[in-house]
Amino acid sequence: MSDIPSDLRFTQSHEWVRQVGNGAVEIGITEHAQNALGDLVFVEVPEAGRILRGGEACAVVESVKAASDVYSPLGGKVIIGNSELKAQPELLNKEPYGAGWLFRLETHPSTDDVALMSAGEYAKYLADAAK
Amino acid sequence: MGLKTPLYHSHVLQGAKIVDFGGWEMPLHYGSQIEEHHAVRRDAGMFDVSHMGVIDLCGARCREFLRRLLANDVARLKIPGKALYTCMLLPNGGVIDDLIVYCLSPTAYRMVVNATTRDRDLAWIRRQAAAFDVIVTVREDLAMIAIQGPNARDKTLTVLKPPQRPAALELRPFSGAVFDSWFIARTGYTGEDGFEVMLPAADAAKTWQALFDQGVKPAGLGARDTLRLEAGMNLYGNDMDENHHPLESGLAWTVAFEPGDRDFIGRGVLESARVSGGRELVGLLLQERGVLRSHQRVIVDGVAADAAVTGDGGGAAAATTGEVTSGTFSPTLNRSIALARVPRTANPTVQVEIRGKLHAASIVKPPFVRHGKALISV
Repeated sequence: MSDIPSDLRFTQSHEWVRQVGNGAVEIGITEHAQNALGDLVFVEVPEAGRILRGGEACAVVESVKAASDVYSPLGGKVIIGNSELKAQPELLNKEPYGAGWLFRLETHPSTDDVALMSAGEYAKYLADAAK
Repeated sequence: MGLKTPLYHSHVLQGAKIVDFGGWEMPLHYGSQIEEHHAVRRDAGMFDVSHMGVIDLCGARCREFLRRLLANDVARLKIPGKALYTCMLLPNGGVIDDLIVYCLSPTAYRMVVNATTRDRDLAWIRRQAAAFDVIVTVREDLAMIAIQGPNARDKTLTVLKPPQRPAALELRPFSGAVFDSWFIARTGYTGEDGFEVMLPAADAAKTWQALFDQGVKPAGLGARDTLRLEAGMNLYGNDMDENHHPLESGLAWTVAFEPGDRDFIGRGVLESARVSGGRELVGLLLQERGVLRSHQRVIVDGVAADAAVTGDGGGAAAATTGEVTSGTFSPTLNRSIALARVPRTANPTVQVEIRGKLHAASIVKPPFVRHGKALISV
């Protein structure tokens, strides 16, 4: 499970969350998710300033195979979407935990926020789902 | 467990993502289907198509039988080796399958049919063949590799025995020849030049490896689908099926109505359909971001009043609807393209419903891409 970074937290719908300080987080989709989707051809990210509730659909990743919604596990205000993905959606396939990040969020904790898993818990979640 | 081709282990060793395709465990891609797509358009790629059915037919009345069985006319195959693309129809005009038939000799022909329809095809062929004393043999002993792309033929020649190379190089498009226990044809399903090689199953893995060593990139079903759709080629089960006849499936060019006295199965219905018009299969180019996919609803304005009456709206101004039969993202055009079955219209654009929203798409004439070049402007 070398491809699940231990400094991130994860959702059951295969998003990851990275703490970047001062209550801000970076959000993307996991290696498992990009692999299941196949080559991505369009990525739509939320605009800066948009207010999101926890669990709200806010981005779309579309591959040769299917279009999928991405949910923001946490509520808050979008700081910036990753505009690089518009021209290079394949960044998400190549570096899902790095250059393929989707958006940064200034979090406003609320009861809508989705419970997050540690890397170990996510690895177990994937292993259980594969059974 | 699904059926496996003689190349299954080669795919696994090369890191293929394996999926079920009509009961066969086939490679979807070996990492990136878009890279595989570009390899075929720019250099050379290879596909395992051993899951397709190879059926040999022989008998003194074989030609007569095939002129009855198939909507295209094998009498067009004047010399051994020539190939013909055709539909095999039900009496009601529905398409049982689309296939390629090769003339091996005046009394022997070879058909290559789809994997998903193979068993039904065989049952149908055997039933029709009985009256013509034609012997039907399924060639389970053969594997098939399609090598496609601008450099595909050159690279394939290097894996042939030196004395065989000149004859293989001289093969004309849409013809094939026997080379010892191999059959090599200059055919394909990508819109590129190349070969389809039928060979004994025992030769398959080492030939695959030899081609790989020549720089031929393994390509999976994912790239095969985007390549064929760019080339404007139909996929059985999507763009044609038993519920639609060839004239509403973009395949009028494959139906040989001449000579008028050739009584092929389905002819009567097609003669009527020819006059009444009806729906047609068109190419679509999405004008904005997003991806067209099969079964999306297509809204067509400007359908002639007499045609609209049979649609769901009624009346001259009513919009009628059609459906995307195959849609994908075109890696060559960097846009989404599709085939769609729609009411005939003079309008240059339609609306397609994608995830609840309407998007404009232009009607274009396929193929979208051929020999590495875009044939439509985006």
